[in-house]
Order: sequence, then C-alpha cells, then structure tokens
Amino acid sequence: MSEELIQRVIAVIAAAQKLPPERVTLESTFEELGIDSLDGVNILFALENEFNINIPDDKVEGVRSVRQMVESLEKVVGSGAESAPVAQA
Amino acid sequence: MSARRVVVTGIGVVSAAGLTAGEFWQALTEGRSGIGPIRLVDTATLRFTNGAEARDFDPARHFEPKELDLLDRFAQLGVVAAREAARDAGLEWSAALRERTAIVTGNCNGGQTTEDEGFVDLYRNNRSRVNPMTIPRTMGNAAASRISMEFGITGPSYTISTACASSSHAIGQAFWLVRHGLAEAAITGGSEAPFSLGNLKAWEALRVVSPDTCRPFSKDRRGMILGEGGAMLLLEPLEAALARGARIHAEIVGLGMSADAHHITQPSVEGPARAMRAALADAGIGPEQVGYINAHGTGTLANDPVETSAVRAVFGAHTERLAVSSTKSMHGHALGAAGALEAIATVLALQYGLLPPTANFTAPDPACDLDVVPNTARAAQVEYALSNSFAFGGLNAVLAFRRWE
Repeated sequence: MSEELIQRVIAVIAAAQKLPPERVTLESTFEELGIDSLDGVNILFALENEFNINIPDDKVEGVRSVRQMVESLEKVVGSGAESAPVAQA
Repeated sequence: MSARRVVVTGIGVVSAAGLTAGEFWQALTEGRSGIGPIRLVDTATLRFTNGAEARDFDPARHFEPKELDLLDRFAQLGVVAAREAARDAGLEWSAALRERTAIVTGNCNGGQTTEDEGFVDLYRNNRSRVNPMTIPRTMGNAAASRISMEFGITGPSYTISTACASSSHAIGQAFWLVRHGLAEAAITGGSEAPFSLGNLKAWEALRVVSPDTCRPFSKDRRGMILGEGGAMLLLEPLEAALARGARIHAEIVGLGMSADAHHITQPSVEGPARAMRAALADAGIGPEQVGYINAHGTGTLANDPVETSAVRAVFGAHTERLAVSSTKSMHGHALGAAGALEAIATVLALQYGLLPPTANFTAPDPACDLDVVPNTARAAQVEYALSNSFAFGGLNAVLAFRRWE
C-alpha cells in the first residue's frame, strides 16, 4: 500500500465530503466521516477522475472504510484491463 | 368537508427584480426592470444578450458547500423563496401540522444547467462520465423534495410541469388541497433557472426572445426576455390564520384551468378566455368585480394581442375600467416560476392598493388596447384581481385573489 496512493485517496475523500484533510485517516470508517451511499458514488466519481480509471461496481462492493477503499483501488490499478486509462481525463 | 376560505400568510421571492419579497415589491412599484446583460452564460454566439438574472444571488450565503453539490440553481432559488415564505408566515411547525402540510411546486426545465454542464463534458470534452449528482440535481421535483426535508413536511408533495403556467397550476392545486381539507397548510409556488448556453440556443431558435428588452403590449415590442427566480406562498385556512393572529396578505379565491387544443406554440383567444371565466366561476364573482389583471403579457408579437382579445371576450364593456399590467417587463419571463412571481405581485397589489406597471412601455398598439398601467405604478383599491398564465402547449391557469381588510 503506497503512501502516495493513501494520501491521494484521503485527499479525494476529504474534498468530496468537504472535510479538512486532517479529519480523514487511513483508519477512518465511512460511518465516522458521515459518508452515505450517495456520497459513496460521488467519491467513486472523484476517484475515477483522479486516477483516470474506471472502477467497476464489483471491485468496491462492501467498501466501508478508507483502508478498504485504498485496498480495492490498488487491485483495480494493478489488474490490467480495468486499470487501462480511459480515452482521456 | 365543506369548502374553506384560504389565505396567503407568507410570501418569498428571489428574482431579477429583487432578492426578497420586499425588494421585489419595491422594484415593481418603482417600475424598475431587472433586465440586463446576461452574465451567467457567454453570449458571444447568441442573437440576444439580455436576460433577467437574480444577479446578486449568492448560493454560498444560503447553503453549505455539501448541500450545493445536490442542488441545481433552480432548486436553490425555490428553497430560498420557501424559507422566506415560511419565515414571513411565522407558522409554528408542530408535528401534526408537518404531517398535514402540502408542498406543490411548479417547474418547467428542471436542473437543465447541471445537465448542460455534464453534456459539455461528455460531448465536447470527450469525457467518459458525468457527475453522479446529475440525476438528483436535474429532477423537476428537486426543490419540493428539499423543502420537505428541510422543514420535515410529510404531507402530499409534488411538482407540476406545464411550461409557463407551471406555478399557477401548482398554486391552484395547493389552494384546492387546503380549501377542501386535504391539507392544513401548503407551501406552493415555483422556481426556474434557464440560463445555460444549450437552453438559450433553443430559445434563440424559436425566435421569440427580444434583442433588447421586454415591452409587453407596446407597439415596438420585440419578444420576451428570459428570467430566473423562485417564488413561494404559504397558504392556510382563513380560520387558522385568524386564530393564530397571522398577518394576511390576501385571500386566494379562485382557480380556472383550460386547454386550447389548438397549437403547440400559437396562443388562442378561446382557451385563455375559458380559463379566466372558470377562475371567476370558482371564485363565485362576476367580471365587473375584478379591478386588476396581472397579464401573462410576455411581450411577444403573438401573445399580447391575443391576450387582449381574450380579456375583452371575458370582460366586455368592463374592460374599459380594468387595469392590466405585465410585470414580466421587470422580472422577465421566469417560465416555471412566472406564475408564482406574478401571483405574489398580484397579492401585494391588493394588499398595498398599488398596481405595478408595465415597464419599458413606449407606444400603444391598437391591437393591445388595454389600460396597461404604463411605466408608473398606480394607487387603486381593488377588491378582486386575476393572475393569468398561458403556457406553450395551450395549457392555461388563472388564479383569482381578493383583498383582505
């Protein structure tokens, strides 16, 4: 789990939730951060833009914390086809 | 349950003519138009450059950043107007009242600004995805839903879309719900935010927008001016308003509706005339009791003479004693918010005994030979007034109000 990836995910989640970045840590749960299902799709949209990737639904099912999100993202980024950058940012 | 009398105890406005009901009324009575160069959209490729924007409306003053993610401008305008109307009415929101309050809003275009931005990304910028908040932001009922959540109102709530008559139909529905005991109070009106390049291009193509300003009933009128805004009224039974010592702006006494079954954009005389007659019948009054009409008065070549004929058909000889003004000359044509803005102008005209003028008026047109209260407000104690809304698609709604003393 790269520190750079963690920091980028934290920055995206904080921006999407309009929270100060220091409020979000690797150990934060979505519940603690007040992230509901609609916030979740907003965060996925922001992460797709940030990393220029497509995130399939089945890769993020059950994600309820920052750590789980980073782990899922690592798999997407490292799994070939789905990590292929979309046409352009 | 027998029919109850219904009164307006709260009003709220966000418009080009003013960002509160008070500012709005001040502008209208001074004949001051809010029409000016469009700033929300780059007009370089448009054949018209003027609009009626709520210029100094600052969403950040009214909503948290996270809330704004979920609210298109049209919903923001509606919610801010609803807050003002509720404050103005000073109702105590008991749990029982929340359950028995209705919300009926009018809207024509939904969150088309949000949609336009997403489509620019998709089609022009070749991006592969649009913002996931697009659907909740664009739905036409977004303002009604937000109002219900904000106030915890759980009664019948919905949105009516009949183009330029949307909010008149909405107010009429809310009036009937309260009159017949289906609701104990209602927040009702409409909101619209039509300024996106895509939407302005569509209006340009229809060739009904004025290249300068909106001059209803004037010989040199050249079309309508698009406007944005939100306008909401709080309605409650007269008895409840009196019991709690509420300040009453006016009584709402009639709704008349009709369809032209004629043409998708061309106005007809008969449809609007039948809607006015129906409003009089619903109010139980005769034409000679009406002293003022807030006209649909778009300032297009087609609307104004046809509306004149419709008024003459209904009011006959009494037309000579009738004042008919179009406040669209000041707040623009706010489409789904138009009926509500004009209903509030009508209510305030009755309350203050002052008829708002038709602004920007230059010269009379023999085809529009009505007393249009040109350019200067006029003191007049009027007992009954109508507010006309005639939509593209030939769907008409007319509201009748009575002065409260």
